[in-house]
Amino acid sequence: MAAADAPAPAALLPRRRGVELSLIVSAVLLSVYGYCAVGLAKDGTVPPGAAGYGAGLGVLALLAHLAVRLRAPCADPLLLPIAVLLNGMGLVLIYRLDLETPGDRAAPTQLVWSTLGVALFIMVVAALRDHRLLQRYAYVCVVAALALLALPILFPAVNGARIWIRIAGFSIQPGEFAKVLLAVFFASYLAANRTALAYAGRKIWRFERLQLPTGRVLGPIVTIWLLSVGVLVLERDLGTSLLFFGLFVVMLYVATGRTGWIAVGLLLASLGAVAVGRLEPHVHSRVEDWLHPFATIEAGEGPNQLAQSLFSFAAGGVSGTGLGLGHSVLIGFAAKSDFILATAGEELGLVGLSALFLLYGLLVERGYRAGLSLRDPFGRLLATGLASIVALQVFVIAGGVTGLIPLTGMAMPFLAQGGSSVVTNWAIVALLIRVSDSARRPRRATPDAPRQTPHGAPHPTPHDSPHDPPHAPPHAQLHAPLHDEDPRRPG
Amino acid sequence: MTRHIRHAAAFCALLLVALLVNALRVQVVQSGRYDDNPANRRDSIARYAQPRGDILVDGAPVTGSRDTGEQLRYERTYRDGPLYAPVTGFASQVYGTTFLEHTGDSVLSGADPMLSPFPLWNDVTHGRPPGGNVVTTLNRRAQQAAYEGLGGRKGAVAAVEPSTGRVLAMVSSPSYDPAVLSGNDPAAERAWVRLNGDPDKPMLNRAARQTYPPGSTFKVVTAAAALDAGVITDLDAATDSPAPYRLPGTTTGLTNEGPGCEDAPLRDAFEWSCNTVFAKLGVDTGLARMTRTAQAFGFNDVDVRIPFAVAPSTFDTSLDQAQLALSSIGQFNTRATPLQMAMVSAAVADGGQVRTPYLVERTTRRGGATVATAGSRPSRQAMHPSTARLMRELMVDVVRKGTGTNAAIPGAVVGGKTGTAQHGLGNAGIPYAWFVSWARGERDMEPSVAVAVVVEDGSARRGDITGGGMAAPIARAVMEAVLKS
Repeated sequence: MAAADAPAPAALLPRRRGVELSLIVSAVLLSVYGYCAVGLAKDGTVPPGAAGYGAGLGVLALLAHLAVRLRAPCADPLLLPIAVLLNGMGLVLIYRLDLETPGDRAAPTQLVWSTLGVALFIMVVAALRDHRLLQRYAYVCVVAALALLALPILFPAVNGARIWIRIAGFSIQPGEFAKVLLAVFFASYLAANRTALAYAGRKIWRFERLQLPTGRVLGPIVTIWLLSVGVLVLERDLGTSLLFFGLFVVMLYVATGRTGWIAVGLLLASLGAVAVGRLEPHVHSRVEDWLHPFATIEAGEGPNQLAQSLFSFAAGGVSGTGLGLGHSVLIGFAAKSDFILATAGEELGLVGLSALFLLYGLLVERGYRAGLSLRDPFGRLLATGLASIVALQVFVIAGGVTGLIPLTGMAMPFLAQGGSSVVTNWAIVALLIRVSDSARRPRRATPDAPRQTPHGAPHPTPHDSPHDPPHAPPHAQLHAPLHDEDPRRPG
Repeated sequence: MTRHIRHAAAFCALLLVALLVNALRVQVVQSGRYDDNPANRRDSIARYAQPRGDILVDGAPVTGSRDTGEQLRYERTYRDGPLYAPVTGFASQVYGTTFLEHTGDSVLSGADPMLSPFPLWNDVTHGRPPGGNVVTTLNRRAQQAAYEGLGGRKGAVAAVEPSTGRVLAMVSSPSYDPAVLSGNDPAAERAWVRLNGDPDKPMLNRAARQTYPPGSTFKVVTAAAALDAGVITDLDAATDSPAPYRLPGTTTGLTNEGPGCEDAPLRDAFEWSCNTVFAKLGVDTGLARMTRTAQAFGFNDVDVRIPFAVAPSTFDTSLDQAQLALSSIGQFNTRATPLQMAMVSAAVADGGQVRTPYLVERTTRRGGATVATAGSRPSRQAMHPSTARLMRELMVDVVRKGTGTNAAIPGAVVGGKTGTAQHGLGNAGIPYAWFVSWARGERDMEPSVAVAVVVEDGSARRGDITGGGMAAPIARAVMEAVLKS
C-alpha cells in the first residue's frame, strides 16, 4: 500500500487553506449563534454584545488564520477551526453562566485571555520556523517547567490547592504552562536516548519483552518525573499529577516500544493511587465521593458537587434543555471552570456533549496524524505528546465530572474558565500546527531535500510499510537516525 | 515508532469511547434515577417557574401567585385565605400541598399531560403548559355566611345541593391563612411550627376530616330505618315507650331533657327529640336494618373522596341491645362528619337519594377550555321515597314548632333537626351543638340546599348548648344565602 502511494507528497496534499477559512467562519458563526440563543432564552432578546462578540472572535480567528496561511501554509486545516469552535463555545457557556451570577462576570476576562492565547499562537507560528529548534532548548524547558511548578509554593493556597499565583489581580496557574515545556523536554530527551532506553536493559525474569532499562539512562528522566510529581503532591493538584504521569508513560512507550513500560506504569499508577487514596484525606474523600456520589444526600447534608453535576447531565437527556434553560448553576462553586462540561451536558444534551467529545477526539487524531507523518523522532514524539496531553486532560476532567473516575480538578481544554489553561491550549495548537506543517510540507520543495538523498536508498523495515500512512513514504524517514522498530524483535 | 504511535492513538480512542459510553449511561440509561432524586431541585424549580393555576369560587379566583424573583420563583397567595382554607388547603414550597391544592396539583402546576395541546407535546418541547384552573362547586355567599355565623367559635359547616351532591359550603373554624406556609423562608417554618402546635388545630378541616358524635341529629337515620322497616306505620300513633327507658340487659335508665315523652308518637318524639322513644325504636328496628340504613346514608364508607379523602363516619355493626339503643340516638360509637350529616339531610330532601358529594365542578386550561368535568356521580337509595316524604314532614315540624324554630326562613320551606351530643369520659365534656336542615324556596320544585352545622363551643354554659340555640341560626344564614343566589 505504501509502495503504491509513494509518489511525491506535493501532488497528494493540497494545502486546503480555503477549507480552513470556511470552517473557521462556520465555527465563529456557530459561536455567535450560541451567544444569541443564550440571550433569547434568558431575556427574549438578542444580547447587545452579540455583534461585538462575533467581531472579536472573528478577528482573532482571522488573524490566526492569516498567520497560518503565511507561515505554515501546509498545516492541517482542521486544527485551527476546532480550536476556534471550542474556544467560542467555551465563551458562550461562560457567558451563559455569568447571567446566573451577576456579581461575578468571567466571560470578559476569558475573552482577554483568549486574545492573549491567540497572540501567543500567532507568535509561535510566526517565530518558530522549525519545531526541531525546540530540541536545543530541552534543558531550558525542563528547568523552566520545574520553576513554574515550584513557584506557587511561595504563594498562599487557594481552595486547598497551591497551584495559583496572583499578580496584579490576575491569577495564573503556572502548572498549565509547565506541561507543554515538559512535553518538549520529554520528546527531546527520549528522541536522543531512545536507543539506549530500548535496547540496553535487564531482562525481568524470563520475559523476553519485559526489560528494565539500565539505571544510567533511566535515572535522569525518573528523577525529573519524581520531582514534578512530588511538587504536585505538595501542591495537592492531583489532576495535573495524573496527567504528567500518563504523558510520561505514553511518551516512553512510543519512544521505546517497550510493553514493559506499560506494565511498570500501570503498576506504579495503581500503587500510587492506592497509597495516595489511603493516606491523603483530600484524595480519599474524592474517591469516596466517586464511589458514593449520593452519600451526602443520605446523610442529610444535601447533594455535593459531583451529585449536582450528575443531576445536570441527567437533566440534559438526549437533546438537552437548550442553551440558557438548564440549571447547572446549582453546582455552585467551580461551575464555570472544572464543571463547565455539566452545563454543556445539560443544555446541549447527549448529542451536544458527544459532539464536543468528538471535536476533542478529532483534535487529538490530527495531532497523532501529524506525528505519524513526521520523519524526525523529536517531532513525532512532540506531536504525540501534545496530542496525548489534550486526550488525557479531557479524559481526566470529563471522566471526573461524569462519575467515570474520581474527580480531580482540571480545566476542560478551551471550554473552561481559566486564563493559563486557554493560553496553554493555544500554544499546544500552535505547536501542532507547526509540526503538521512540517509533516505535510512537500519534501522536494524544501531546500533540505537534496542533501538528504545521498544518505541511502529506502530500506523500509518489514512491519513498517503496511502501517505507514500514504503521505509518509519510507524514504522520508531517512534522516532519522534510528529505526523505528526494534530489529531484534521476531518479525 | 509508527506502530507505537498507533497503539497510543488506539488507547486515546479507547478513552474517548469510555467517555461516550459513560455519557450515554448518565444522560440516558440512568437519567431517570438522577432526575427523581429528592435532592435534585430541578423539579421544584420547573414547578415554581410559572404562576400556579387558580382555584375558582363562583367564577372568581380565591388564590393567586406572587413572583418572588428567587430560585423557586412563584409563591402561592390567597384571597380570603382563612375562609377557604379547609377547601384549598395550602401549597407550600417546603411542606407540600393539601386538600384541593393537593388533589388538583397536576393541573394547577401544569404537569398534567391533559393540559398540553397535543399528546407528547411537552416531552418534545421540554416545556410545561401554564397551570390550569380548578373550578369548585362552592357558593361564595353560603361560604361567607357559614364563616361569619361560626364567628371564630370552634366548629364546622357543610352544605350540599341535595339533587346533585355539589358541596356549596365547607367551613372549619378556627381557620388560618394558608399563605403563611407558601414560601421557603424562616417565617414559613415558624408558622408551620406554630400551626402544628396550636391546640385548636386550625389546619384541621373539621367539616370533612373530623368526626363527632352526631347526637340527636342521628334520629333522622333511626326514624328513616324504622319507617322503612315498617316498625312505625303511623306518625301520630302512640309508641310503646317508657320514660325513663331502661337499657336492655342493664340497670341503667335513659332519661329525656323534657317531659311528655312517655309513649309519645313519632311526630312528637321527633319534634321534641325524645331519647327514650328513639333508643327503643332503634332496638325494635334491629341491628341489621339499622346498619343497612346507616350504611346506605354513607356511614362506614371508608372511601369517600370529594376529591380529597373524607374521614369515614361510623356506625358500629357489632352491638348488644343496650349499645344499639345508645347508638340509635347518636351516642356510643356512632360518629359522623358534618359533611356526612349534610348528606343525611340532603337524602331526606331529595326523595331518599344519596348523592356522592363533590367539590370540583371541572378543571380547565388557563384559557378556560375544559380539561375534565365532575361527570355523572353514582347515587343510591337510602330509604323509600314515601319514607322520605314522611321524614320531610317530621323535619318541617321541628322547624315550625319544635326545637328548631331558629332556622325558620320566611318564604321558604325548611326542615331540620337539632342535636346536642354528649361526649368525653362519662359524658363530662361540654356537649356539641348540632343542627341539620334543608330548605326549599317556595317557588322551587325541590330543596336546593342541605346543611349540617356543628359548634363545639367550649365557652358556653352546658345548659345553653342546644342545637336549636347555637347551630340553627348559622344553618339558617347559610340556607338563606343559597336561596337568594
